[in-house]
Amino acid sequence: MTREIREIAVVAFAQTGHRRTSEELSEVEMLMPVLHDVLARTGLKAGDIGFTCSGSSDYLAGRAFSFTMALDGVGAWPPISESHVETDGAWALYEAWVKLLTGEAETALVYAYGKTSPGDVREVLTRQLDPYYVAPLWPDSVALAALQARALIDAGLTDERELAAIAARSRTAAAANPHAQLRGATPPGDPLVAPLRTGDCPPIGDGAAAVVLAAGDTARRLCDRPAWIRGLDHRIEAHSLGVRDLTDSPSTRLAAERAGAFELPVDTAELHAPFTSQEVVLRRALKLDLPGAEEVRINPSGGALAANPVMAAGLIRLGEAAARIQRGESDRALAHATSGPCLQQNLVAVLEGDAQ
Amino acid sequence: MPEVLKAPLAVEFPFTRSLGPVQSAFLTGLRERVVLGVKTVDSRTLVPPVEYDPVTAEELRDLVEVAPTGTVTTWAWNHHPRRGQPLGTPFAWVLVRLDGADTALLHALDAPGQDAVHTGMRVRVRWAEERTGAITDIACFEPYDGEPAQRTGHTGEFEDAVTGIVAAARLDYTYSPGRAQSAYLHALSGRRTVGERCPSCRKVYVPPRGACPTCGVATSEQVEVGPRGTVTTFCIVNIKAKNLDIEVPYVYAHIALDGADLALHARIGGMPYDQVRMGLRVEPVWTEGARFPDHYRPTGEPDAEYDTYKELL
Repeated sequence: MTREIREIAVVAFAQTGHRRTSEELSEVEMLMPVLHDVLARTGLKAGDIGFTCSGSSDYLAGRAFSFTMALDGVGAWPPISESHVETDGAWALYEAWVKLLTGEAETALVYAYGKTSPGDVREVLTRQLDPYYVAPLWPDSVALAALQARALIDAGLTDERELAAIAARSRTAAAANPHAQLRGATPPGDPLVAPLRTGDCPPIGDGAAAVVLAAGDTARRLCDRPAWIRGLDHRIEAHSLGVRDLTDSPSTRLAAERAGAFELPVDTAELHAPFTSQEVVLRRALKLDLPGAEEVRINPSGGALAANPVMAAGLIRLGEAAARIQRGESDRALAHATSGPCLQQNLVAVLEGDAQ
Repeated sequence: MPEVLKAPLAVEFPFTRSLGPVQSAFLTGLRERVVLGVKTVDSRTLVPPVEYDPVTAEELRDLVEVAPTGTVTTWAWNHHPRRGQPLGTPFAWVLVRLDGADTALLHALDAPGQDAVHTGMRVRVRWAEERTGAITDIACFEPYDGEPAQRTGHTGEFEDAVTGIVAAARLDYTYSPGRAQSAYLHALSGRRTVGERCPSCRKVYVPPRGACPTCGVATSEQVEVGPRGTVTTFCIVNIKAKNLDIEVPYVYAHIALDGADLALHARIGGMPYDQVRMGLRVEPVWTEGARFPDHYRPTGEPDAEYDTYKELL
């Protein structure tokens, strides 16, 4: 891995205000202002973009091929170079990053959106599970996260008090984030699927996000302080929950190693932990609990506990980390995205700004 | 802004899935009240069993029986059971490591309350009365105070093995079509067809979707089009659709309404199917109380010149 690789950076980030419902808007109507916003930040026009990649899931709104309708918002005709992933937009960013690394494009537009309000997201997410042994039991997303939380508590790695503190810290931080859905500390709430309480769970809501990636000098031209992607990797756990050690996330650790996260300390970590207990797992896997890591700002945006537009929340972690670098508030940030039950799949990016 | 339109939308499929040899043996075993695992190369026993080793990806075929009793490795108390879940009263989700297995199986545990559940507790399978060869042949687990149950010594070979499952799945949504399509539907209920014009390329989209797919900008200027239009292309339908009370053959056509830059599609009636042609001039036919035209019929005007609609094909 000594080969010189192309420098790629996040040069712009935009997102909606995330809300419980956006029923007055279609998906493309919700998404389009974000696309216009992110392009305006770079001065690029839609036609200037070399590659477009999106992440979404038709299951959320219950509409087949809804992502093709969303493409209307980028002006996809005459045909553009375009791709789509049926998962969180962080993986669309990964695909766009690879595309730029090949040299086939100079710029990329990555977007993601999720409209969870039309359906019952806890039920919808059961459809991503093993269809033979698990999905017929309809275990919802909160139930599976609760099994993981109990395993952590049993192992002595956390307790309900610490989980409540994670929720409070996240939502207090979100008070400064105008896009967040829950802004300001909320009470722990009633048990939903014990040991998880409503406060341990993410808000249900609709939203969209977009970033622009650019290579080398193009990035320098489009942005005062590009957030250079120093490493990016994603890994997956075995799919059977009963095979995994739910208290650990070897896939996150491996992705972080491959992304170079442990080579130098980071000052910021945007972790995609929709449930409080998952932050405990991630902090351990990413060595953010070790002595010396106390200074790392974890989820200054409030994280997914403050806004969780499904399919966009992971991309937002990368966007928030990059925006922090662009604002000069971070020099080296880690961003993480997850997908699937109990942190099934994990993506880690390391972003850096040039010396200030 | 007019009120947001909403309608219930149910998406329902009976997914038919075929089984690999290990899955088939496991699910057939459940039907016969036998729990099978599969041995990995390093001699671990996986329950539920899988076709390929989760670590090495090697093909696994070595079936081994385990006991219908086991130990809870983690649990969560479900205060409000949801549709489709194994029990209708509050229960515990559990991962259970069956006696003889090295991995855990997800299922439900029937217990009187969460105080009666703890990690490490002993449980046993409660079999469903009617079993078909599915994970739901295990009705749930129940507390069990005893030694590991005896195994039957089963080989994993069955007469009449199940080779597939049918997994019914239904998700319920409340569909709302958004601003542009709501405006279109509202106008249509007044028997007016209203498209939207792109502020950049000036094309009029019918029905409008809120964005111009060429320019990537919002459309908002409303433009009434039609009611008359031109058949740009068509097909003859010879297969009768389920639950559709229309005699075959009939014609389904793309129709460019006057003033629209995108053709919509509708059925053509009021003339023999074999006389429909490109360029035919048509108008909508409404039925009492309908929210959209039932079909389009000939106006009797001369056919449109090809050049007037060739861009809309």
